Amino acid sequence: MSRTLITFRVFRCRAEDSASAHFEETKIPVDEAATVLDVLERLHRRDPSLMYRHSCHHGSCGTCACRINGREALACMTRVLDLDTEVVTVEPLRKLPKAGDLAVDFVDFFREYPSDWQTLRRSEGQPGSTPPDGLPDFTRLENCIECGACVSACPVEDFLGPAVLAGLNRERLNRRQNETRLLELAAGDRGVWKCQRALECSRVCPTAVYPARHIQELRKKLEEIERGK
Amino acid sequence: MSEKGCPLLRAPTGKPQVIIIGGGGTGAALAYDLSLRGAGVTLLERGELTSGTTGRHHGQLHSGARYAVQDTGIGRECMEESEILRRIAPASIEFNGGLFVALTAEDEQFCDTFLPACESCRIPTRLLTAEQALAMEPNLNPRLRLAVQVPDGSMDAWRLALQFFASARQNGADIRRFCEVIGLKLSDGGGAGTRSRVTVVRIRDYRSREDYELEADLVVNATGAWANRIAAMTGIDIAVSPSPGTMVAVKGRLTNMVISRLHPAGDGDIVVPQRNLSIIGSTQWLAEDPDIIDAPARDVEQLLRAAEEMIPAFKDAPFHTAWSTARPLVGQAGGGELRSLSRDFSLIDHRESDGVERFLSIIGGKATTLRAMAEITADRACEQLGIQAACRTAEQPLLPPRSFYRQTAYTPGGDSGPGEGIA
Repeated sequence: MSRTLITFRVFRCRAEDSASAHFEETKIPVDEAATVLDVLERLHRRDPSLMYRHSCHHGSCGTCACRINGREALACMTRVLDLDTEVVTVEPLRKLPKAGDLAVDFVDFFREYPSDWQTLRRSEGQPGSTPPDGLPDFTRLENCIECGACVSACPVEDFLGPAVLAGLNRERLNRRQNETRLLELAAGDRGVWKCQRALECSRVCPTAVYPARHIQELRKKLEEIERGK
Repeated sequence: MSEKGCPLLRAPTGKPQVIIIGGGGTGAALAYDLSLRGAGVTLLERGELTSGTTGRHHGQLHSGARYAVQDTGIGRECMEESEILRRIAPASIEFNGGLFVALTAEDEQFCDTFLPACESCRIPTRLLTAEQALAMEPNLNPRLRLAVQVPDGSMDAWRLALQFFASARQNGADIRRFCEVIGLKLSDGGGAGTRSRVTVVRIRDYRSREDYELEADLVVNATGAWANRIAAMTGIDIAVSPSPGTMVAVKGRLTNMVISRLHPAGDGDIVVPQRNLSIIGSTQWLAEDPDIIDAPARDVEQLLRAAEEMIPAFKDAPFHTAWSTARPLVGQAGGGELRSLSRDFSLIDHRESDGVERFLSIIGGKATTLRAMAEITADRACEQLGIQAACRTAEQPLLPPRSFYRQTAYTPGGDSGPGEGIA
């Protein structure tokens, strides 16, 4: 397979130390199958101090989200040559505390995202398929992999954010008994009305959650309730 | 003891201290098990948790049916453990059952071996006609002759491990990410005379960019395919080889159930759905270095063809990605291999094999059996530490995956125990 020489500019910094921030440049030959994560793995073999997050390597865990050429994406699902740039810049997600280099700390992200919201939902399944005896429905994990890409891409500050609001809307649809409480949260000071409809969340989402649609759905629901009063 | 500029620390709990090296599924379940039994636990992982083999596995929750014919022990163990995981970690599992599909007369004949083998593993099966199977999964090859339903499922490798890590943290375990073990120190074993003992672990913390040493009463090497690298720090050689396998994902959830070919276990005979993907795997070969594993193009072709035979819609499904992961293949070790529930994993007590006390290596196994591997390892660790408590990991549901982040706030030099903001 032919290889192309690409310059990688990788953000380096120590945790919570902005003075240490700089870009490290390395030229690396890549083939057409190579992903940004493959390159990070190679850089890490040369320099074990490079901090980056990764786990599943197939777009299912959400740990490797970062900013590639200024746009949020999963490193494992981004093929280097598809970017079509001679220089590839890799930076950590915005809005979350830096843990070091490309790694960010998700404690704040999950402070707003309750642990007990469901991870599973009814599977849309194949048309005409019937689950086996004993299974009321086919189930599947929710689309959102909680990677933080939408939060980083959203231009709004002091906001619950697209991931939490999309999760909130899914939780409302999964468990109707909690709807009133969830809608109150969505209608709050940091809720859906702060969205400026930049739609960046839906553009960068790697698993087609379309958070902007969920925010829109919540707004419509709240408007209906308001009109019904 | 400590070298200049490299502080020697000991966790201030007064409990017997265990250091677990390796933040994969085994380390996760072991940290939880030991923390429930009252040991002080520090887990060290050189990068993000499950960034080695665990995160990249196929995602199948095995009923054991795939192994029933070749190994009753593994089959039975998978059945028992998959039932436990469904009970304690439902948030990370898509449980929709599985189908073994017969496409040829030969496959159909294999059924005569397969069904009794499942029965001896206590795996419930249901024989289905082609029509019944197609009613459950319309994308199956319409030429299928029959199918056998088994209790297989899919899991989220990252989130299942996070549930164990979250629950371990709730019990006080200190989970340190981006902390690489760079040395193990041996000292005289005391009372036993000539035997040496691993007492100090030297750590490079990439967050603080500092090295330090941590004292331990017992060290467990749970680094899987990397186990020999850690053991070599004490001069011990472990017979373990990285044995990678390739998986290919296509876009689209073509089935809800796990689809396996009804034939003797081989390459590319299992399709696992997860979220909006369908994943075919796997192949197997031997590698030198677990850090350098690429997915070979020939594997991808072979896997896609095998998937199309069972599920023709694979042919038109958009390619998502291909990846490989290094399974740890346990060699036939010498006298030190003391107990394994099945030949699938080994617990090595280096006291017996190498004359080094308080040092265990746990290698191999499947994601489905992570809890059982941890139980056996914790039994041995507790015996050596004088802890009487029995294993309780099969009893209580684990915390949900997101709680991992709610258990603690980051402090330099290591994450602290349970902290503010517990939901």
